Amino acid sequence: MTVLLSNRSVAAPLRRRGSISVPTVTLAHGGGGSAMRNLIDDVFVSVFDNPALAPLEDQARFPLAELSRLGDRLALTTDSYVVDPLIFPGGDIGKLAVCGTINDLAVGGATPLYLTCSAIIEEGLEVDTLRALAKSMASAAADAGVLIVAGDTKVVHRGTCDKLFLNTAGVGVIREGVNLGADRCRPGDSVLVNGLLGDHGAAILNARGDMALSTAIESDCAALHGLIAELLVAAPSARFIRDATRGGLATVLNEAARASAVGIEISEAATPMREEVKAFCEILGLDPLYLANEGKIACVVPKDEQVAALQALRGHPLGRRAVIVGRVIAEWPGRVVMNTVFGGQRIVDMLVGDQLPRIC
Amino acid sequence: MRYVDEFRNPQKAKALLREIEKLIARIDICRHRPLSLMEVCGGHTHTIFKFGVETMLPDAVELVHGPGCPVCVLPMGRVDDCVALAETPGVIFTTFGDAMRVPGSKKSLLQAKAGGADVRMVYSPLDALKLARLYPEKEIVFFGLGFETTMPSTALTILQAEREGINNFSLFCNHITIIPTIKAILDSPELQIDGFLGPGHVSMVIGTQPYRFIAEHYKRPLVIAGFEPLDVLQSVWMLLKQIAEGRCEIENQYNRVVPEDANREALAAVNLVYELREFFEWRGLGSIDHSGVRLRAAYARYDAERKFSVPALRIADPKSCQCGEVLKGVIKPWDCKVFGSACTPESPLGALMVSSEGACAAYYQFGAIPRHNGTNVA
Repeated sequence: MTVLLSNRSVAAPLRRRGSISVPTVTLAHGGGGSAMRNLIDDVFVSVFDNPALAPLEDQARFPLAELSRLGDRLALTTDSYVVDPLIFPGGDIGKLAVCGTINDLAVGGATPLYLTCSAIIEEGLEVDTLRALAKSMASAAADAGVLIVAGDTKVVHRGTCDKLFLNTAGVGVIREGVNLGADRCRPGDSVLVNGLLGDHGAAILNARGDMALSTAIESDCAALHGLIAELLVAAPSARFIRDATRGGLATVLNEAARASAVGIEISEAATPMREEVKAFCEILGLDPLYLANEGKIACVVPKDEQVAALQALRGHPLGRRAVIVGRVIAEWPGRVVMNTVFGGQRIVDMLVGDQLPRIC
Repeated sequence: MRYVDEFRNPQKAKALLREIEKLIARIDICRHRPLSLMEVCGGHTHTIFKFGVETMLPDAVELVHGPGCPVCVLPMGRVDDCVALAETPGVIFTTFGDAMRVPGSKKSLLQAKAGGADVRMVYSPLDALKLARLYPEKEIVFFGLGFETTMPSTALTILQAEREGINNFSLFCNHITIIPTIKAILDSPELQIDGFLGPGHVSMVIGTQPYRFIAEHYKRPLVIAGFEPLDVLQSVWMLLKQIAEGRCEIENQYNRVVPEDANREALAAVNLVYELREFFEWRGLGSIDHSGVRLRAAYARYDAERKFSVPALRIADPKSCQCGEVLKGVIKPWDCKVFGSACTPESPLGALMVSSEGACAAYYQFGAIPRHNGTNVA
């Protein structure tokens, strides 16, 4: 474990910061010696800089009093990021690692405060790329108002990881009275999303380049805690919020339907998607309902709060295209059913594994 | 999406459904039992489930999901051959995505990949040829499967490889032909199909003529159908109209794509490169004469079966598996003894549970919803 950073209340470091001049990361940078220290200082410490920053201890420390002023429960989460390519239209692995973990906290109703950053680097990665990605993490964290307070780096042999894997853990505080859960949906509730679905999944598939399609679809990667905070003010009895990441909207709604033992009925016509994303899926034989999002939530609110919730979402820059996509029903417990654009109805099930493109 | 949305128009669907109801009232059989219409092609099965077409049709019309999913009808022995090829040192095995999960007798390609075999998903045989150029020290094997729809593209890829003098590329040929298969279904004694929705993409290559015998000899109507939901509904309407009027013909609903004549260029390439096999083994249907093709001797150097040694063992379908009866429309997927219990998309026993175009997987995934349940929300 390498100490990166510490907490808000610690004085500025006295030690001079190291730097590196070689173009690529080598196993020497993972050896625990001065090369590693220099890499950490140069790439991470310099950009995660905040008044509290100092490479001191093996852990970050927070005053409890400050936390308890914000709420009555801590939220803790962790997520690993292994996206290929590292940099894609609309974002990169660094931004993703910050926003993704912030969102995992925020969908539980928590105000995100602190993140950690753990990097597993494949030898041979360009230092400039790593610098750019760390900068991207720093700026995403700064935009979101969270601090990256601890971290770790490991360098592994070529072929044992794919260029760079990041893990971020996050701590947040949940305000008193906020109670969200997948098992809280009730028949009659409304289901909302905050905008166009499938952008991230389509952008990543497209950026890998093996589709030979040229589209301008960008990832929707964004930190949603601000949007969710406003939603919770407008709809204080909100039942459930989840970011529709891997497995897309279909998976999130299935989880809610199963946990609450209710049915969820959605309308295909109401489900917002870019024409490009629809066409992309049409050509490749994919179902956009299962495509990953990194800036979209599904939320379930009681019907009498649906208008306020919709207005709150639409009033935020990350929710302008918010819509009501469906409702919770008593029939079909544990199932998601969709009324198709054509006028039929089908079940939207969980995926077994990855979506595999159809042959013809 | 322009050019697509107009084929998904719900108002037009309603109008067609009203016409279908009117036709049903004129058909005698419908007073005793539902009409059984088989869609031959997996692409239609996919559309039917994706748009919930079946939930909109009146009870008097039943759709039987036929054998037209090339992934589904692949016998286990052929999958074992794929795995053996993929595990041959120096081979990069390339395949369409949905063939990855088909179970062999020991493992699927996905499991072979996890075990270290170099299995790559491609979108076209030309992608595989590209790999051959990129890795001259490797042997690239392309898993060719599909009906006449995909046959020309692999044939043209072989011809391209020949032109470029690429020798580290070969085809594991599992292409199958539609006509002998439909004939085998029609000859089945248990058959009770009143009409067929003909495959659109296959017909784009072979034209409409080869289907004549179905109307003339077997006295069953066939309508070549497009792949949008309105195409399917309109084709059902056309079939019912024929039945109501006592006609039995080969009609072409998909005439915006399918010409009456065959695509001569495509067929020329196919005939140049392939010859009929004496017989080909189908999962669930058994051996069907002249239902598969292989590379001609002149292209033997591109034939993975000749280039490498493959086990080529015949593996019997699992006993409990009733894929064959489902394929022929004798039973519905949920009537199968193992549907949803021993056989699920997570661990499929029968191939119909594997591909999203397989009838069982489609029912399992998209679900059998009682008809006329559609109401709109939001």
